[in-house]
Amino acid sequence: MPTPFRDALNSGKFMITAEIGPPKGVNLDEMTNNIDLLKDKVDALNVTDNQSSAMRYPSLGGCLLIKERGGEAVLQMTCRDRNRLALQSDLLFAYSRGIKNVLCLTGDSITVGDHKQAKGVFDLDSVQLLKTIRTLQSGKDLGGNDLNGAPEFCAGAVITPEAHPIEPQLHKFKKKVDAGAEFFQTQAVYDINNLKNFMKYARQFKVKIMAGMVLLTGAKMAQYMNANVPGIFVPQPLIDELAGAEKGKALQKGIEIAGRAIKTLKDENICDGVHIMAIGREKLVVDILAAAGL
Amino acid sequence: MVDVFEPKVVAFCCHYCAYSAADLAGSMRLEYAPNVRVVKLMCTGRVDIIHLLKAFEDGADAVYVAGCEEGACHFLEGNLRAKQKVAIAKRLLKEMGLEPERLEMFHISASNAPLFAKAANEMTERARKLGPNPLKREIVKAT
Amino acid sequence: MIVGERKPFDEIKDKIGQFKKVLILGCGTCVSVCMAGGEKEVEILASELRVANKLAGKDVEIGQATIKRQCDREFIEPVVENAREYDAILSMACGAGVQLVSDVVAPVPIIPALNTDFIGITESEGVWVERCRACGNCLLAETGGVCPVTRCAKGLLNGPCGGTNNGKCEVSPEKDCAWTLIYQRLDKQGRLDLFDKYNPPRNHQAVVTPGRVTKS
Repeated sequence: MPTPFRDALNSGKFMITAEIGPPKGVNLDEMTNNIDLLKDKVDALNVTDNQSSAMRYPSLGGCLLIKERGGEAVLQMTCRDRNRLALQSDLLFAYSRGIKNVLCLTGDSITVGDHKQAKGVFDLDSVQLLKTIRTLQSGKDLGGNDLNGAPEFCAGAVITPEAHPIEPQLHKFKKKVDAGAEFFQTQAVYDINNLKNFMKYARQFKVKIMAGMVLLTGAKMAQYMNANVPGIFVPQPLIDELAGAEKGKALQKGIEIAGRAIKTLKDENICDGVHIMAIGREKLVVDILAAAGL
Repeated sequence: MVDVFEPKVVAFCCHYCAYSAADLAGSMRLEYAPNVRVVKLMCTGRVDIIHLLKAFEDGADAVYVAGCEEGACHFLEGNLRAKQKVAIAKRLLKEMGLEPERLEMFHISASNAPLFAKAANEMTERARKLGPNPLKREIVKAT
Repeated sequence: MIVGERKPFDEIKDKIGQFKKVLILGCGTCVSVCMAGGEKEVEILASELRVANKLAGKDVEIGQATIKRQCDREFIEPVVENAREYDAILSMACGAGVQLVSDVVAPVPIIPALNTDFIGITESEGVWVERCRACGNCLLAETGGVCPVTRCAKGLLNGPCGGTNNGKCEVSPEKDCAWTLIYQRLDKQGRLDLFDKYNPPRNHQAVVTPGRVTKS
């Protein structure tokens, strides 16, 4: 079953995807503007699912809006908020409305979010969710019952190339491939050598890998991420470069760094594309792409 | 006729250090408050929280545990355990409505007679300032 | 064993406030080990209540007793007659013991003095940690003896998640990442094939609430 996203993946082109963060409320103006701004500049737009365990307008709603505006959407689905029945129902609904690309995630813990007493569901994990999608495709649900009409999806997952220790991640990567993942969007990578090492392992599998990129707005942000975000390692030279930028030009420097990284990935054919995460600053994606010469 | 309040202070002292210091204070003719009743143990590790609470239930105005200096306990860690128990007992005293300042832990080496005297005086003064054990007022009220 | 903690003193005091004669009943098994409701703790609580009541000018008779455990009728029976002489029983057992005593000594009201927290082990002196969720479907053979249901913050069966950080969990830097532990354990055992095995979704109805086990 072709989808524009799957076709792009299979064409061998350098993939570009970005993220749209839904609002906390029903005012969809900003989200609509961001979608319009980016829809023709990327191969697909992910919509996050209650990102960082903060309650937001649903990912599925965001994807429908993208489709309405003429873009290609990737539905991000976490296992934190819904049990296996709800997840399967949502998948059926998504398919029926033409949303056929899904990124399967486990989901951040409840404790990092803004509803700290909520129950974290985690009835399934990301691997089981991938398997669930393939099960639905085969015409059955997780209870073993026959479906009246089976959906089809282009399914993907996430991996952290700079995780420490790396070995469990590599095993998990294989597990996700075996469970049916056809594409991966990675956690943000800043050290190209680490990514190259990871790709050496990953290339044995027939999957497409888009390197994640989070825009660094300054040295402080880089240091914060090093200290607090698992699997992110901004190398000292980059921190120094950001710190050395002229006053008020740190953001510009960050865009330059991101652009440079993307260009390197493309020119040296290190991986199959890039996934740009600029939540809250979606407009800057355009600048980053320009800085990369794309 | 008004009785001047003379605090009743109970001191749990270990044989190897605090009690030796008490003996030495005696030989040195050091003066300290006569209000202290010494309970001698081989080691302050023997003190249980319930002993401390019972002392207050029976009318003590102040209670303290005097053991060896940290690291010098004859039985290795008895004094450290006593320190922990005193800390817990202070919390319990607060819970039940008694002042935690009435209870204290001291670490006194065998040769430190002056510190033994100081502790005795300090706890007696604390009891004097805080007034009689509130339970005793209840006992008096009842009679 | 079952691990619990004594409720805050004020809460206990309030809950038994209306009674004139209270029996504090301790339990000699799990809650003795975790120093929450054994004979010693009964003595301490009795002392605290006596003092607090005296200071408040309340005249309350406090009785004390500790039985081997409160989850077996045979240990409760010998104290039933005595217990029925009281207005209320303050039980220092886990929730299970509180309920059986309540059944056996009915209609005397039972007040729990503990909050029951989890099934766990003694990690070190004075430290008890959760190890078992009583899920009814033990998969410790698959995970090298490390339980992901209790020790993984998300209870994942195919971990680790992306939040794993140098062997620690994203929820707290003091918490170990269970799946990193599982990986290391299986690696040492030369059984990484178990790590690669797909674990299907959990059976959450393995033990239907309320659980019931019979021996046939």
